[in-house]
Formats: sequence, structure tokens, C-alpha cells
Amino acid sequence: MPIEILMPALSPTMEEGTLSKWVKNEGDAVKSGDVIAEIETDKATMEVEAVDEGVIGKILIPAGSEGVKVNTPIAVLLQDGESADAMAAPKTAEKPAEAPKVEEAEKPTRQGSAAAPVPAAPKVEAAADPDIPAGTEMVMTTVREALRDAMAEEMRRDESVFVMGEEVAEYQGAYKITQGLLQEFGARRVIDTPITEHGFAGVGVGAAMTGLKPIVEFMTFNFAMQAIDQIINSAAKTLYMSGGQMGAPMVFRGPNGAAARVAAQHSQCYAAWYSQIPGLKVVMPYTAADAKGLLKAAIRDPNPVIFLENEILYGQSFEVPKMDDFVLPIGKARIHKKGNDATIVSFGIGMTYAVKAVAELEKEGIDVELIDLRTIRPMDIPTIVESVRKTGRLVTVEEGYPQSSVGTEIATRVMQQAFDYLDAPILTIAGKDVPMPYAANLEKLALPNVGEVVQAVKTVCYK
Amino acid sequence: MAPRKTASTSSRKTAAKPAKKDFNGGIIADFSKEDDLKAYREMLLIRRFEEKAGQLYGMGFIGGFCHLYIGQEAVVVGMQLALKDGDQVITGYRDHGHMLACGMSPRGVMAELTGRRGGLSKGKGGSMHMFSKEKNFYGGHGIVGAQVSLGTGLAFANRYRGNDNVSLAYFGDGAANQGQVYESFNMAALWKLPVVYIIENNRYAMGTAVSRASAQTDFSQRGASFGIPGYQVDGMDVRAVKAAADEAVEHCRSGKGPIILEMLTYRYRGHSMSDPAKYRSKDEVQKMRSEHDPIEQVRARLLERKWASEDDLKQIDKEVRDIVADSADFAQSDPEPDASELYTDILL
Ligand SMILES: Cc1ncc(C[n+]2csc(CCOP(=O)(O)OP(=O)(O)O)c2C)c(N)n1
Ligand SMILES: [Mg+2]
Repeated sequence: MPIEILMPALSPTMEEGTLSKWVKNEGDAVKSGDVIAEIETDKATMEVEAVDEGVIGKILIPAGSEGVKVNTPIAVLLQDGESADAMAAPKTAEKPAEAPKVEEAEKPTRQGSAAAPVPAAPKVEAAADPDIPAGTEMVMTTVREALRDAMAEEMRRDESVFVMGEEVAEYQGAYKITQGLLQEFGARRVIDTPITEHGFAGVGVGAAMTGLKPIVEFMTFNFAMQAIDQIINSAAKTLYMSGGQMGAPMVFRGPNGAAARVAAQHSQCYAAWYSQIPGLKVVMPYTAADAKGLLKAAIRDPNPVIFLENEILYGQSFEVPKMDDFVLPIGKARIHKKGNDATIVSFGIGMTYAVKAVAELEKEGIDVELIDLRTIRPMDIPTIVESVRKTGRLVTVEEGYPQSSVGTEIATRVMQQAFDYLDAPILTIAGKDVPMPYAANLEKLALPNVGEVVQAVKTVCYK
Repeated sequence: MAPRKTASTSSRKTAAKPAKKDFNGGIIADFSKEDDLKAYREMLLIRRFEEKAGQLYGMGFIGGFCHLYIGQEAVVVGMQLALKDGDQVITGYRDHGHMLACGMSPRGVMAELTGRRGGLSKGKGGSMHMFSKEKNFYGGHGIVGAQVSLGTGLAFANRYRGNDNVSLAYFGDGAANQGQVYESFNMAALWKLPVVYIIENNRYAMGTAVSRASAQTDFSQRGASFGIPGYQVDGMDVRAVKAAADEAVEHCRSGKGPIILEMLTYRYRGHSMSDPAKYRSKDEVQKMRSEHDPIEQVRARLLERKWASEDDLKQIDKEVRDIVADSADFAQSDPEPDASELYTDILL
């Protein structure tokens, strides 16, 4: 059967082009790979190569024709022994002989199937926190110890878990979070890396793609900006790009946000940044118990988890239940204190301002419900909405920059889902819209403070 | 006073024959009395300044990270002797010595360390982030390795403008493993950019000894695959540094492209003020101090050659101490920046 040669698409966006020149004429024999014509697109002049062998039977579109639509037959190729008479019923090479019947609407075109409605994003429901059996001993533990214990327990439990990062082994961690791990697990599983964040983050993702479960420690998250391409383009997207065949079951962890007086390049919060990325989970604990339970969950999670710690919280102590295996659900907020007059939502170090503000407000007779978000992505909006339905007022507190912040995201969602319940505009307390200054007085001004939170709650209560 | 040109044969030998790592094999430039006195004074200023900064940190006047340069003074002082007006300098966070060597005011540096309005960045940058357009000092960078690309960009600008200025990009042995260093090497070699890459190999990156982080510990050869020549230099001997600097700067100025100088040096203090430095023995530090101290070497030479008496040196010492004391007084009494500075200098 003669074969129709179609006008080819020579770029992802080309819809038509000019057939500027025929290199072969009617009657010429062509082999696959021979240049048969030249086509001009909006970007360049391209050569068209023959795919099949045969003799050019007829040229359908003369040289010089403009606006030739992609997929228009431009010539007919005769195969061995065929004469020009056979051209009556040419066969298009592209068309499979027995194309399965497809409903017109579903037939894939170059632009994809005809518009189907966008399916709703699936609802994720996080489990509730596990019950802590009555009589469980509560042990005062620093966040630092809680994080270390979480890693040690998971490394005992699962041989595929290992830790890598700068100074994590022999130095025992720049902030001593990996203290003792080298001694217990050895240099095979507790690995000092050179100062090469982009490289070792990629090495971690590669190892994770084979099913190992790396914990990649960044000395601070400021330095993870060197590695952010591997985190977002490799770790977060592989599962999707591979159609679910492989992903990156791993944790990227380290201190995040401002420490003290370390200035602009070492003081920023990445909660809002990573929270934008589908394919990541983002956890930012405040208490030691949450740090432990959520880090254990993050290590077990089959997805890449960004685990944002804070240097100032490392040394703070909280009660942690003494249980064999204390794991908390990622994606579930925790009500830190129940209340009726207004809701504050915060997370991580932001909670330190919120907790103090709540105590001050209590003295003034304002009963605040304080929610610790704990996970930034997926975000537990239902818990917030339920609280706002009760209190009608909402203030968010965080240290990060104010534009496109976690707080503004919460405000948007609450406005969409609980508009009728709001009695006042939502206020968002954040760090100031400036790089972190070094001078002690300016640094204080750049960070949120308890007074601002107290004032914001009074404002939404019209007091 | 203009530094005397060193005998070109001896300086050439320094560059061509790598100094041995025991710090003894390097070939050195002849230093005149003036050279030695100038180097002595400048190194001493850095040493005393850093000691004072350490003290003020302990007293709570300086916060955050503070990385002292004590032990490495000969590197920056020797390099600086080879520069001419318009040549640029850029480095990382261990930057106080570089700024003083570039002629930036001790008061301005110290007041920045205490976060006061008279600081070189108005108190907003702190120890790791200071700049001086006037002195062609381009920072002061907190992200390990970032200054290497930036320093390459300074050289690019010189090429672009068609001047014969050279940029010096300083970085550590740890920084030398960062990916952007090699991306920069490639562009610098490809475009023949006038940049001297100075790797200050002080044997440790925080707590990690060079051999635990680097597959190839001869950093002078890190440019080999780009055809960038490199030399190891005794970075504890200011004369060796100066000789290599002359050679390297001339190489760049004459259009031959980038060059690498690996300075074999040592930091006496911890990585930063909060590093207990348990990863090395006290003996190791003590041995380096007593046998290779860059300032003591010059001091001994000045006395031995009778270029200065003990009294002359005491006088220099006093002058240096006065400068440092003045900067410390200023840095403690200068007011903090005005609150309105919070929102300035973000955009133009
Ligand atoms: C990208 C990045 N990663 C990690 C750090 C933390 N850090 C600061 S200095 C340093 C060690 C650098 O050592 P080296 O390059 O040898 O320079 P030295 O401190 O010895 O002068 C590290 C790991 C950082 N500032 N930036
Ligand atoms: Mg070093």
C-alpha cells in the first residue's frame, strides 16, 4: 500500500509551517534517512527525513506553500512494485491498522484528551494521636535528646536507615543531635560528608530511589538552598514522574529559622517554601514529644519529608511518654490548649510566642484556643476550621517572612471554608519583611514578639 | 612605602617548585627591611585585633558566629603586598584579617562586630558580612563556596571592562569541595579570567581534617582538569606568600587566565567561638605556634638582622595595641543602629 507522508511537527508548539523546498521529486527513490524536503517553522528551517523506503509517487503540497497544517499529507510514497495507480487508496503510515474504537470525546489529540473535568484533589485524613496508656511515665527530655532517640530507635529497627551530613559522625553533630550514633551504629551508617550539599543530597536521593532510607542532615537549612534542586526536582517528583514505580523514602532534617545574631544568610525559615511543593511532606515540631514521635513517623514514611527543627528549641525540655514505640501521625495538628474566645494557630518556634501570649491573655480574661500545627504539609485545616467555628476569631503566629507565608495560606483556607463563622478579619503575625539584621536591637525588631500576638488577639476580639 | 620587588628568579622558583607540606621546603622571596617591618606591623594588627574580638565575644559584646583568623595572618598580608589599586578581594566568613589587610578601618570592623551604627555595614551585617566599595573588598560571605563564583565574577567584570585588574578569591580547604568551585574554574579557564584562587588550607573544615573530606588533598592540583596551574605555598611564611603572590598576580594581569595558590596554613583557635576543637591535640597546635608562627618568624628575622631593636618592636606593639584599643572603645560606646534602619537598604 502506498504511504502518505504527513507534514511533521518539528517543535512542541508548532501547529503549521511553510513547505519551502522539495529536495526529492516525483519518481525519485528514497531510503529512510534521506532528506526529502525543507520546512520552515516560526523558529528555524528544518530538514524532513524519510522514514520509509520507496519512490515518491506524487507530491501533494507544492514547494513554497505556506500555512501547511501539521499532519496534512504532503506526498505519497510508493512501495516496491507499486504503480502510481495504487495511489487511489493510500494508507497513512501513522495510523495503526486496527485502531481500537474510541469515543470521540476521549480520543487523544496532540493537545491531550478533550477537556475532562479536573478531578477533585483527594482528601487526606490523618489518624489521631495514639492513646498514651494511663500510668505511662513521662520523662523530661530536651528536643535534642528526643530527636537523637528517634533516630537511634529507628536505626535499631530498620537496617536500611542511615544518617549522612556534615559533622554528624566524629564531631557528634554540629548541634549534637547525632550524639552517640557513630558509636552505636558505626561509620557505615553514620556518615560524615564533605561540605557539598548539592552533591550529598543527590547521593541521598539516589540511595533512596533504591529503597534505602537516608536521613540527610543539613547543618542548617540555610545550606539546603545549595541542594534545593535535588530536594524538589529529584526527591519530590520522582514518584510522580515514574508513575509510582519509585520514590524517595527519606528525611531531610536540620535546624531551620533564625538562631541568635547569625545575620541574614543564616537566619531564615523555609516552612512556607517547602510547603508549596507537591510530593513533599513538611513537619515542624515544637515540643520534644512531637519531635520524637514525628521524626520516627518521618523516617518510616515512604515519602520525602522535610523536617524543620530549631536551634533555640534544641535545649528546651518537655515531657515525653516513655513508650517502646511512640509514633505520631504526620498531618495532624495538636490542640495545645483548649479555649473559647479566639484561636491562635502556630508551629515550631512560633509556639514560644503563642504560649506566652495565651498566658498573658488568660490573665486579662481572654480564653484562647491554641493549636500547634506540627505539620505544615499536608495541612490539618479541619482542626483549625473546627476551632474557628467555635471561637469565630483567628490569629496565626510564625517567624518566617510575611508574604506568602504559612499564615496567609491558613487565612485563605479558613476564609474559604469558614467565612460565615468569622467574627473578625484573620490576623497573621510573622517576621518582618526584611533580611535578618545582625544588630541586637534590630534583630529583636525583625522577629515577632509576644506583645504583637497579645495585641492581635485583642484586636480580633475587639477589645 | 612600596614593597621592594623580589628577585624574580627566587620568586619563580617558589611558584614552580611546590613547597613541602612540612612548611620547610618552600623557597622564599628576599624581603627588605621595609617589607619585613610592614608585614610585621600588619600581621600584628590582625593578631591583636582578633584577640580583642575574642575577648569582646566572651564579654557578650559580639554575638552570633565569630571566626578568628589567628595563625593565618601571613596569607592575607603577603597576598596584599602584590596588589595594585583597583584589584579586588573577596572571601568567606573568616574575614576580619582580610578587611584589615585591605585597609578597612579597625573601628568600622570592630563596630560591625558589636552591631553598632558605626560598623561598616551599619551594624546590619555582623562578623561574616562586611563590604567596602572604596577598598574593593567584596565581602564577607556566609555560605561556604559562594564567594568563589562571585570572585570569578569580579574577574569577569575586569575582563569585560578591559582593565588589567585582578581579583583574589579566598576560600578554605572545606569550601574547595563545593560544586560551584569547579563550575567557576571551568568558566575562568575557558574565558581566561584574571582571578587568583587562594585556597587557605588550614587543615580543618570545622572538625573535619582535610584527609577525611577530600579524595585529593593536594588542593593546588584541583584545577588540573581545566588546565589551571596551581602551586603549594608555605602560608606561614609571609615571604613565600609574597613571592607566590607576585607570580600569580602577574600571571593573571598578563592575560594568562586563572591560577591557584594553595596556602598551607593553620588556625590556632577553634572554627568559631563555640568550637571546643576536640578533633586535634593541644600538642599539634602548640607545635605549630612555636615552630611556624608567622609573626614570630618575622620578629626573629628583624632582630637577627638588626633591622629593629627590641625597643623598636615594643614601640610597634604599642602603636598596634592603641589602634585596637581605640577600635574596641569605639565599638562598645557607639550606639546601636536607629530602629528606622530595619527597613532601609532592602531595595533601591
Ligand atoms: C553551604 C554551607 N555549608 C555549611 C556551612 C557551615 N560551615 C561554615 S564554615 C564551615 C567549614 C568550612 O571550612 P573551610 O572551607 O576549610 O574554611 P575554614 O573555616 O577552615 O576557614 C562549615 C561547614 C556553611 N556556612 N555553608
Ligand atoms: Mg579549613
